Amino acid sequence: MRIALIGQPNCGKSTLFNLVAGYKAETGNFSGTSVTFTESKVRLLGEVVSVVDLPGTYSLAGTNPAEREVIKYLTSNDVDVVVNVLDASHLSHGLIMTVELLELGVPMVVALNMMDEADRIGVRINVEKLENTLGAPVIPMIASKGRGIQPLFVKAYQVGQQKSLPIQLTYSNDLEGHLQMLVQSLVNVDSYFNPRALAMKLLEGDEAILENIARQKPGIKSDLETIKKTLRHERGQSPEWIINGERSGLADDLAKRVVKQGKRHITFRDKLDDILLHPVFGYVGLILILYIFFQLVYTFGGLIEPPLMELFEQLELWLISLFNGAQSLIPQILIALIQGISGGVAIVLPYLIPFLFGLGILEDVGYLPRVAFLMDALMHKLGLHGKSIIPFILGFGCNVPAIMSTRILEDKRERFISAALSTLVPCAARLAVVFGLVAFYLGPMLALAIYLFDLFVIAVTGKILSKLVPDESPGLILEMPVYQIPTFRTVINKAWWRIREFIVEAWPLLIIGSVVLSIMNYFNVSIYMNTITRPISWLLGLPDEVGFPLIFGILRKELSLVMLGQALGSMEFSNVLTPVQMITYAVFVVFYIPCLATMMVIRKELGGKVMWQIVALTMLIATLAGLVARGLASIFY
Amino acid sequence: MKLLDIPKGTAVRIVDFRGGKGVDFKLRQLGMCPGREVKILRYAPMGGPVMIDVEGRSVALGRRIAARVEVEVI
Repeated sequence: MRIALIGQPNCGKSTLFNLVAGYKAETGNFSGTSVTFTESKVRLLGEVVSVVDLPGTYSLAGTNPAEREVIKYLTSNDVDVVVNVLDASHLSHGLIMTVELLELGVPMVVALNMMDEADRIGVRINVEKLENTLGAPVIPMIASKGRGIQPLFVKAYQVGQQKSLPIQLTYSNDLEGHLQMLVQSLVNVDSYFNPRALAMKLLEGDEAILENIARQKPGIKSDLETIKKTLRHERGQSPEWIINGERSGLADDLAKRVVKQGKRHITFRDKLDDILLHPVFGYVGLILILYIFFQLVYTFGGLIEPPLMELFEQLELWLISLFNGAQSLIPQILIALIQGISGGVAIVLPYLIPFLFGLGILEDVGYLPRVAFLMDALMHKLGLHGKSIIPFILGFGCNVPAIMSTRILEDKRERFISAALSTLVPCAARLAVVFGLVAFYLGPMLALAIYLFDLFVIAVTGKILSKLVPDESPGLILEMPVYQIPTFRTVINKAWWRIREFIVEAWPLLIIGSVVLSIMNYFNVSIYMNTITRPISWLLGLPDEVGFPLIFGILRKELSLVMLGQALGSMEFSNVLTPVQMITYAVFVVFYIPCLATMMVIRKELGGKVMWQIVALTMLIATLAGLVARGLASIFY
Repeated sequence: MKLLDIPKGTAVRIVDFRGGKGVDFKLRQLGMCPGREVKILRYAPMGGPVMIDVEGRSVALGRRIAARVEVEVI
């Protein structure tokens, strides 16, 4: 049996799913689309059933790709019962989707979630009455406290077995009349919708469905046009808005019949936005919250990383002594293998885990949309929207979670620009290069200057990219969820799923890349590499030997400093490089090609094409920035 | 009057909006249809979004969108 969870954003659907889903939950795509859903096997009444978490959508109109896939899926034979999760504190709004589900005529159970929230704002719901009106079971529950979960799934299981259908609602007389007429001309049409639901979708103006039906019944287009014309004439409104209005009217009626509005208790949470979104204190709070977030992540990472790396270094030394040196191919490959593994460990364990855990908390508390609200004006100057600030902030720690976090952005263009710009944010590894080379030899003020220069380059790149890929979205439309205390299990599960994706998909490639480079190193390809990179090193006035460390730096950015010493034959850089060269090299390293782990995550999240676009873009930026740095530095040195 | 011209804390009724088909649809999904009463909760500084109360839910709208929502004060 398969149970599908559906609900509007912020109704607590994901919390519910996380409570029942195990650590093995899988994310999948609807075939041929980028619309994702999550599925998990759950033990219920001695049987294993599948629970599917569908993307949160406000409605079930076919005009939006996610919603279209959701409807297709719901009406297919793959789903036995639909659990419609509703936010009890905003019942009439949520019921609009329930009305749409009733139209589809699928077996369903209503999960009346956030009953505590409803209680707090004085909303009393007559559950029995709602049940009778809908003809479907209604289970009150509080997912965030784990209450009502068991009864909900037991009920869903029963409904799924009996395949009992809810009632069919009726609309205003005139609309019903037209609907019946359309249904008449839809008999014997093959569709995954029942005729009535199909008629509604056609009236709503779903082009894809119309094309499909027109292939079976060529006359349908003119029939539909006539009916639409009459409707428009009678009501003075487009059929789409008429249906929309009818549905919300029905939802309002339903809610009015079952809801008793009592006294609203104003609590601290209602006042919280007055502080956190305050024109002054809001920003102070934002900086403070992000500062604490960063401090915690760095403290945690700083505690974990050194002993781990120490362990791997010991392992390398042991290997070298085992093979009496690391000159031959086998130990070189083994060492590269260890470096690939330790690279993943050093990124995943110390920084990615606390990052994703913290991000999950900020997400579930409901703070991220507030950040978007506060930062929208500023991000607009970069051609982006408020939410895009998150990847940037994360990028200072490590670009990998930054790229992952672009998932919170719905818009493709927004994701591309945010991903491209966040790879330009100097991560902790590049910090090591800037400090090891520039701050150490030329003073911390110059390192700071490089950071400021970096921010300037990001701003300019953002401006240019947003001109190249024009913004089609008219601006922010975003619902602010009520502040919530996140449940431990939801946060842990979410963090785990994201980490697992990195481990399974990006890490193996990092290890392979490391081994390939070591083999190239063994066969002395470094000379050829230096030749390949000669145009760049010549342009930037750097010695030819920088080519090899730069190529290794793609594997891990710190290597571009470590290997530089090997390539130049001295770790005392002031003897082998001029100050201008040091600055130019550091600037180039900050911008050029994101590290392999970041590339792999970009490929996973945004596709191989975008990955290569970003690689090309960063090469171009790095070369230009390097030239500017060379020119500026030559004035002072 | 435009939604954008309404001071913070004022309750208004939506009369009409013209944001293009996609925007209209999204606004309706969030419960903002003509006839609905909403309240301006706050403006973000520096030309940032405006936050309004729609039936007890907080919705943030970019100023460009808010400029296209026609309202009347009640």
